[in-house]
Amino acid sequence: MSDLAERVKKIVVEHLDVDPAKVEPKASFIDDLGADSLDIVELVMAFEEEFDVEIPDDAAETIQTVGDAINFITEQKK
Amino acid sequence: MSETADFPSGDLMKGKRGLVMGVANKNSIAWAIARQLHAQGAEIAFTYLNEAMERRVRPLAESLGAPVIVECDVTSDESMDKAFAAVAAAWTSIDFLVHAIAFTDKAALEGSFVENTTRQNFKDTMDVSAFSFVDAARRAARLMPNGGSMITLTYLGSERTVPNYNVMGVAKAALEASMRYIARDLGPRGVRVNAVSAGPVKTLAAAGISSGRHMLSFNRKASPLREDTDVRGVAGAALYLLSDLGRSCTGETLHVDAGFHIVGMPDEDALAE
Repeated sequence: MSDLAERVKKIVVEHLDVDPAKVEPKASFIDDLGADSLDIVELVMAFEEEFDVEIPDDAAETIQTVGDAINFITEQKK
Repeated sequence: MSETADFPSGDLMKGKRGLVMGVANKNSIAWAIARQLHAQGAEIAFTYLNEAMERRVRPLAESLGAPVIVECDVTSDESMDKAFAAVAAAWTSIDFLVHAIAFTDKAALEGSFVENTTRQNFKDTMDVSAFSFVDAARRAARLMPNGGSMITLTYLGSERTVPNYNVMGVAKAALEASMRYIARDLGPRGVRVNAVSAGPVKTLAAAGISSGRHMLSFNRKASPLREDTDVRGVAGAALYLLSDLGRSCTGETLHVDAGFHIVGMPDEDALAE
């Protein structure tokens, strides 16, 4: 995993208090990692702070898996 | 943000006990207020909305040694009865109340106020965001035989129009007016009642407002201090109002917003991207 992906993973593991092994790109926040809708909002806020990016509401709605988050932030940082 | 360094410690709240309603998570303004009060010696009880919130609030409240952490849905008389009974069971009296509760549907925080506000949403928003303070103040005052102090949190959208804030602005106007009437009624009993009007802060609640990001950046660029509202300033205002420092102050809406509320027209550079 890239450095950025590792940082995303670390935030997810810490926030959702889940087994790091489960936090793989295809893992769905809600279906696989037990997140609720508030967790998603909190995660998006944490990503924005960590990576200094803006994740608008309509983009946030498309971020459903760990991989979605990594891809979106990677695009923003280009 | 480190755990205590940002909140000056002291004895301003030593021996005072009170209830904080409306912490959602560590980014909540109510949480910053609780930490500041605790750093000055306050003992604090907390309410949380439901199970989803309990998971977030309980660890925070426990970290401050809260003796009471109780569920409270402000739209239910029964739930309010239970929550205040739990506080009364732990303490015979309290000294302060922090009310930081508001809710509306996300769909109502977007676009046209006049087109999108429904009868039901209007009523529900007023119930949770304004009446809840009236109800909580009445119950809290009964636990304040020796006087006390109460605050609620509001926002400038009550006084001026702000894009997308819509029905919440109307509810905040009702909240501020309620605060003044409560202050009038409870003044003779030695209870001070005030509101803190905070500028935009990145919280779970702000994330629900369409264009919350624009509110933040415009407040920063157009405010006299040219900065984001620092939650420590909001917590400091709360400490002032809830401690004896705030004696003789009641019925006031104190703006902590980098001065944004005094601006009639921002400088040109604030409008440039």
